[in-house]
Amino acid sequence: MRREVPLIITAVVGIVFVIQYFIPHYPFNKLNGWFSDWFSIIGACAIWLGALNLLKISADKVYRKRSGWGYSVVIIVSFFVMAVIGWLGGESFRDFGTSFDWMYRFVYTPLSSTMFALLAFFVASASYRAFRARNLEATLLLLAAFFVMIGRVPVGDAIGMKLQLPDAIMPSSIAIWIMNVINAAGQRAILIGIALGIVSTSLRVILGIERAHLGGD
Amino acid sequence: MNQIIKRRVITRLSSIVIIKILFLSLPVVAEQLIPTIDDSVEAFIPAPPAEVIATDAVYDQGGAVHLEWQLSPDDDGSAGVYNYQICRQQEGTDEYIPIDSVLAGVSSYIDETVEPGRSYQYIVAVNGDCGSAPSEASNVVTPNIEWLNFGLSNLFVIGLIICGSVIYFIAHAKRGKKLFIRRIAGLEAVDEAIGRATEMGRPILFVPGILDMDDVQTIAALTILGRVSRVVADYDTKISVPVSRSLVMTAARETLKASYMAAGRPDAYSDDMASYITDEQFGYVAAVDGKMVREKPATCFLLGAFFAESLILAETGNSIGAIQIAGTARPAQLPFFVAACDFTLIGEELFAASAYLSGEPKQMGSLKGQDVGKGIAMIIILLGVIATTFGNAWNISLLRRIADFLRTLFEVG
Repeated sequence: MRREVPLIITAVVGIVFVIQYFIPHYPFNKLNGWFSDWFSIIGACAIWLGALNLLKISADKVYRKRSGWGYSVVIIVSFFVMAVIGWLGGESFRDFGTSFDWMYRFVYTPLSSTMFALLAFFVASASYRAFRARNLEATLLLLAAFFVMIGRVPVGDAIGMKLQLPDAIMPSSIAIWIMNVINAAGQRAILIGIALGIVSTSLRVILGIERAHLGGD
Repeated sequence: MNQIIKRRVITRLSSIVIIKILFLSLPVVAEQLIPTIDDSVEAFIPAPPAEVIATDAVYDQGGAVHLEWQLSPDDDGSAGVYNYQICRQQEGTDEYIPIDSVLAGVSSYIDETVEPGRSYQYIVAVNGDCGSAPSEASNVVTPNIEWLNFGLSNLFVIGLIICGSVIYFIAHAKRGKKLFIRRIAGLEAVDEAIGRATEMGRPILFVPGILDMDDVQTIAALTILGRVSRVVADYDTKISVPVSRSLVMTAARETLKASYMAAGRPDAYSDDMASYITDEQFGYVAAVDGKMVREKPATCFLLGAFFAESLILAETGNSIGAIQIAGTARPAQLPFFVAACDFTLIGEELFAASAYLSGEPKQMGSLKGQDVGKGIAMIIILLGVIATTFGNAWNISLLRRIADFLRTLFEVG
């Protein structure tokens, strides 16, 4: 029963959801909203599971002095500091100018931006590896990247005008052509494959053929 | 002193006289400023629009009414007509209430503020330079809720063909027929990657994306986790699944537990294998990056829905020398994974992974059915390209009609 009940629920809900897409009449037109509400409610309750798990694992790490236990101390302290500040702020704790807002804007946001900023360096290192002209594909990638990048900055067309290139082969025109023709065609092919993959996976799950997430074969 | 008083009295009196003169003369000045209407020129009021027809929108939830009317004869592009005011009378009321307006030259409107089952009547008034002229009242319309949306019938047929082919090939495979499925390098490397981690005595890191259980990519990632963890349990390797959603944590734990049970190693399972970190995108990235750098996993699986964090995670994994297998259905993130990971599952391969790894005929059959859908898409694209190119180049109406038909075949609504 432990395996059959989730399979039955999945099958029924999956089939109902497919049907409701084609039926605008009540109650089918309300199902999507109802299920979304249920999901939000379950998600909101489950956040406690997550938060308690985070605290339990971090506390255990500190207690056993496992490697990196100092970071776990930071997690526990940050968790309680934010929770207490939010609690003291009352119902309007998220309003502009409150202590919670101050912590969010001047502690959380800069930390988050710092992580995001790492992307700039990682893009550089990944591009260096990807654009090395080791074979034909990598060379084509390098050429495409060169034209897209030079075509997206004013200096590209400035060079083109200096060389008196016709409009059709100006760097910006080449960049637009690469993006609108080659890149768009490739992306569409991937998207068609994804759509078909989603249909196939959904069918496997609805029909109970896919049971890996339930530990089955 | 007397002189000062005298001066003040004179000043006050003179100011009173000036103000009185000004106020008395104002109406006269105003009369002079207002231009008089020349009786010889008639005030321009445009002729009213005609034949206002209201129809219930088809295949909807009874929430829309289509209005069409004949433009005012004076609406000829000159500046005399400003706009058309749409007025509605609801069943049980006497008055027409303005609900919206459209520009001159527009002869249709969709009222999406109606309630199903109630009756409505409309008037369209044209507004001109010196006034407005209302039309005759429209017919009474009662929006209804339809039982079936026939506007999606094309989608229904396409879905039926694809689902039918998937089910057909599943049944075909069940009968024991051999199916050819192309080799997917990223999935062939899964066993090797787990073996490498076992040999090196280092853990495996499995990141199932950053979206919740309502995203199909997360479900696909967890089905792959089910396959991977089964092998991990057999090899007695350590696995860590940090997640950014509580529900994913619960689902991942269930998946891991079931796999360890199936492998006959329930004792080796621990709830700590799947741990929640935070819902915040970059907080999650910071924690997973830290985990990578400290624990140095030998193998990283980055499978699921990823956004800006994809490259940060993949590059950190690359920097610690881990073998990385990534996959996502977000085309914008694929280049990052291709650049930074050893193997990348592109789009549909992510969804095919679990079936491919299982090697079961039933699951493999579903992949073959998926290929039929791809074949149909390829044929339609090819036909569309040929029809559009030659139809426009040589002005062949038949080919252009075919191209239009193929285009409408995939239009929704």
